[in-house]
Amino acid sequence: MSLQIISIILGSLTIASALMVVLSKHPIRSVIFLVVTFFFISSLYILMNAQFLAIVNIIVYAGAIMVLFLFVLMLLNLNKSAEPESSILVKFSSLIAAGGLFLVLIAALKDSILLSKTYIPNNEAIGTVEGLGNLLFSKYVVPFEVSSILFIAAMVGAVLLAKREKQIID
Amino acid sequence: MDTGLLIEKSVLVLIIFTISLGIAAYQTYFERKLAAWIQDRVGPDRAGPFGILQPIADGVKMFLKEDFIPKDADKWLFIIGPGIAMFTSLITSAIIPWGTDLELFGRTITLQVADFDIGILYLFAVLSISVYGIMIGGWASNNKYSLYGAIRASSQMISYELAMGISAITIIMLSGSLSLTDIVNKQHGMNWNIFYQPICFVVFFICSMAETNRAPFDLPECENELIGGYHTEYSSMKLGLYLFSEYTAMFISSAIIAILFLGGYNFPGMDNFSGNTLAILSIVAFFSKIFLFIFIFMWIRWTIPRFRFDQLMHLGWKVLIPIAMVNLLITGIVIAIKEGWFNELM
Repeated sequence: MSLQIISIILGSLTIASALMVVLSKHPIRSVIFLVVTFFFISSLYILMNAQFLAIVNIIVYAGAIMVLFLFVLMLLNLNKSAEPESSILVKFSSLIAAGGLFLVLIAALKDSILLSKTYIPNNEAIGTVEGLGNLLFSKYVVPFEVSSILFIAAMVGAVLLAKREKQIID
Repeated sequence: MDTGLLIEKSVLVLIIFTISLGIAAYQTYFERKLAAWIQDRVGPDRAGPFGILQPIADGVKMFLKEDFIPKDADKWLFIIGPGIAMFTSLITSAIIPWGTDLELFGRTITLQVADFDIGILYLFAVLSISVYGIMIGGWASNNKYSLYGAIRASSQMISYELAMGISAITIIMLSGSLSLTDIVNKQHGMNWNIFYQPICFVVFFICSMAETNRAPFDLPECENELIGGYHTEYSSMKLGLYLFSEYTAMFISSAIIAILFLGGYNFPGMDNFSGNTLAILSIVAFFSKIFLFIFIFMWIRWTIPRFRFDQLMHLGWKVLIPIAMVNLLITGIVIAIKEGWFNELM
């Protein structure tokens, strides 16, 4: 019972901080609220006993990707005076696009709400490192290796792109 | 829920918090004394005998100074920046095993606040978010030098996290566990990881120095280029918190190095003791290892001059990461041969 109360509180805090990402006027504050949202999502993972996923979520998203976001925003130095005034047409079309996306998401998640009732809160083996490792190296070994090849391809591509730019300067 | 456990953990948290802050405060004193000794000076000697009350005097001075926030600064972010820096350097202490089990009032007390399955990953999560304190503070000051300092700090920390992570993976492979308690227990007696992985130790030590922004890696705050770096605009206790968080981080990372490489609370001949004597001796052993590393940190700071920024990046990306990777590969092959995974091929 207390677990349910905690998850309701954390869930509403997650939604509140996610809303603040959209509602806050300043881009840097939006990024910081996004980081806070990632922390709340991680806390929800911990409630489901998925410790590994929770920590990796913080390391990868809050620790690496959002730092790069913040990096770029700080260098661009966006503020209210630099932001161009958008016309009514742009506002209207963005409203339609966002509304359409919202509709699609609701339609996709409509049926999954029923699925979540089968979830067992204290299933020990579900999210631990051992459980995850066993699954990754037995049942899901092919997707795991394929995705690692994808990552290597991306890394090599990034290095190549960075190198070519240097040759042009020379 | 066990009420005794709750009280026990709360007391432990309180003690660790006080010890971390106390050691951080006295590190400033020892840093100044050590610098004076290395440079053949006297050092602080006015407050109390041998200047022993100097940290308290410094703290009072910090609190009583004018707390100034620049007009164009982002007020809230300016205030929470030092708070995040202090917070992230303190919360790592939650996973550190400080000694063997203590027996008090008929209860067995584990000297660790939280025994995580994934202790070492938690450590890296905290490390990766510790950059926010400096970045937010540096940006919110609305000062070019502060922003430069913040950007330098974040690029430096991201670069050195990689080599640090790879060398930590080597230790994880050797121990077969992510839990810090297991890693320490694997190094029972004199069976320390430093004897098996000296290269890994050097890489990890250099990276921790970079992560704590200590000289020769103190480019985010280097005075002759950036005035004060990310804390140029800070005054009073907000500046104090930034400086303090550096010393706390130094204490915690010394503890982490001691755990990963010097066997944590293990000491030679520990099988001859048991019960509370062993617990107290193990705590003493652990803290002497921590103090040894703190001393080495300070020794290096007053010996080696600061890097240039391109040298820093070169060292991180082109020297430390390849060394750590080759070391990881060799360790993996040796483990595979030892476990007999190649037997069918040969």
